[in-house]
Amino acid sequence: MEFPKKLRYTKEHEWVLLENDTALVGITDYAQQHLGDVVFVELPEIGTELKKGEAFCVVESVKAASDVYAPLSGEVLEINEELEGHPEILNQSPYEKGWIVKIRIVDSTEYDNLMKIEDYEKFIESEEE
Amino acid sequence: MRYIPNTDTDIQDMLSDINVKNVEELFEIVPREFLLREDLNLPHALSEYELLSHMMRLSEENANAQDYRFFIGGGVYHHFIPSVVRHLVSRSEFYTSYTPYQPEISQGTLQAMFEFQTLISMLLGMEVSNASLYDGATSVAEAALMAVRLKKKTKIVVAKSVHPDYRKVMETYCSGNENEIIEIPYDENGMTDMKQFESAVAGGVSCAVLQSPNFFGIIEDLGKYGKIIHEKDALFIAAFSEPLAFGVLKPPGDFGADMCCGEGQSLGIPMGFGGPYLGILTAKKQYVRNMPGRIVGLTEDQNGRQAYVLTLSAREQHIRREKAKSNVCTNQGLCALMAAVYLSGLGKTGIRRVSGICHARAEYAKEKIARLGAVKLKFFSPTFNEFVIKVDADSETLEKRLIEKKIIAGIQMEKFYPELRNCILLTFTETNTAEDIDILCEALKHAMK
Repeated sequence: MEFPKKLRYTKEHEWVLLENDTALVGITDYAQQHLGDVVFVELPEIGTELKKGEAFCVVESVKAASDVYAPLSGEVLEINEELEGHPEILNQSPYEKGWIVKIRIVDSTEYDNLMKIEDYEKFIESEEE
Repeated sequence: MRYIPNTDTDIQDMLSDINVKNVEELFEIVPREFLLREDLNLPHALSEYELLSHMMRLSEENANAQDYRFFIGGGVYHHFIPSVVRHLVSRSEFYTSYTPYQPEISQGTLQAMFEFQTLISMLLGMEVSNASLYDGATSVAEAALMAVRLKKKTKIVVAKSVHPDYRKVMETYCSGNENEIIEIPYDENGMTDMKQFESAVAGGVSCAVLQSPNFFGIIEDLGKYGKIIHEKDALFIAAFSEPLAFGVLKPPGDFGADMCCGEGQSLGIPMGFGGPYLGILTAKKQYVRNMPGRIVGLTEDQNGRQAYVLTLSAREQHIRREKAKSNVCTNQGLCALMAAVYLSGLGKTGIRRVSGICHARAEYAKEKIARLGAVKLKFFSPTFNEFVIKVDADSETLEKRLIEKKIIAGIQMEKFYPELRNCILLTFTETNTAEDIDILCEALKHAMK
């Protein structure tokens, strides 16, 4: 499993890529492997105001339907419409083509509290035990 | 369900197993003053023959559709049900496994539901149907909740000409949450008031619900209302209580309905004193993931053979728990099967003919009744098989007089619409002959004197 260094992570297995005041959000390699083949992604609408911790997207796989939680508060600027027709991108490219939303963040301390790669890897190890 | 009574030996065995002497001892924990110390006040047991005669005598006290001339509808309709419906539905392959809990093992049942969905979608001109809900009222309410989920707006516009029971159930579904129902009155033609409708829809609503033919039997101009709804980015829900109307009328799908829902009892299901009936819910394909209830899909197994499955289950309670799209986790399998057999038995031509006869009989009656003098048509809009009359007399007394003549003459509208005093909703189907209608007219004339 691969976890890029430039990203921050959550306990619900979302990743965040921050660029200035916008953040790209997706689910991790760990999440996509555990979900299995993704068959449907229910995306939020552009303009939706997200609160940190709020479920904003549903990823449906052959095994389960799971919520994706907002790692940061902010407004949805863009959604990855590719996922509507090709949900399998989430499995194939979780960090690149499989991004879910782009958010304009409102509170950068929320970002500071997210896990760095070392912490996330430790967290996953403890989950696995 | 079989009823297998316990024998005395069974009871003794069970009691001795738990070291209890008799059944009374089991209740010793209940304080004595709460125990009934005398025999129940029940009549003596009857033999099977005696019981049947007794029940038969009781049932004869009902005014039923076979022995009476029957002109009552308003959501439940007396249509002829071909014998093939009951015959096929009673086959044990269907009857005993109507809700399979390991669904994919019952390919026959799933196929029947798949055919039901196809037939219903065709009849209503819609893209997808679920495998049914409880009844018309719950279907309409579920459709409104679908719209609230899809549009993330809590206001629901409902025409007052939608079946009163449907509106009541919607109200129940919308109590205890943020949803708000806005009712739109009807105009002097018995149609939904266009001006009030327009201004209500403009206020940021999730959907608008219209019924056609409406509760007055009137055909609403679905195309016109639908356009207004869509201009305001709301969803258009077309309800119905008489699906056989779509044998001659353009189906709601042709008017751009986003959801089409209502009661399917007309399609081969007995009136049965109020149920069980058949909730029909259809939608545009893009909304399928927000639909409640079971949906049967067609796929291929690993050997490339055709196979039916329950599909899109991630909407449902057993997967999504509290986030499910609805609490509904069953369907009216047998009633849906009746509808599937009825529709395929009649075929396109048959449905058109039954539908045409219903309409023709109602038109015949309308013309005759309009000439009676003391009875007037309440509204002058086109109708399908029902219409409202206003009588120059106390309509409840009139109803009693007609019942004495073995005629059941419709619904007293005042019960649902206080302003419609002395108004009666009359209904006609293929089961009412021209002779029946002549007798009704004669009786009306006579009773008015």
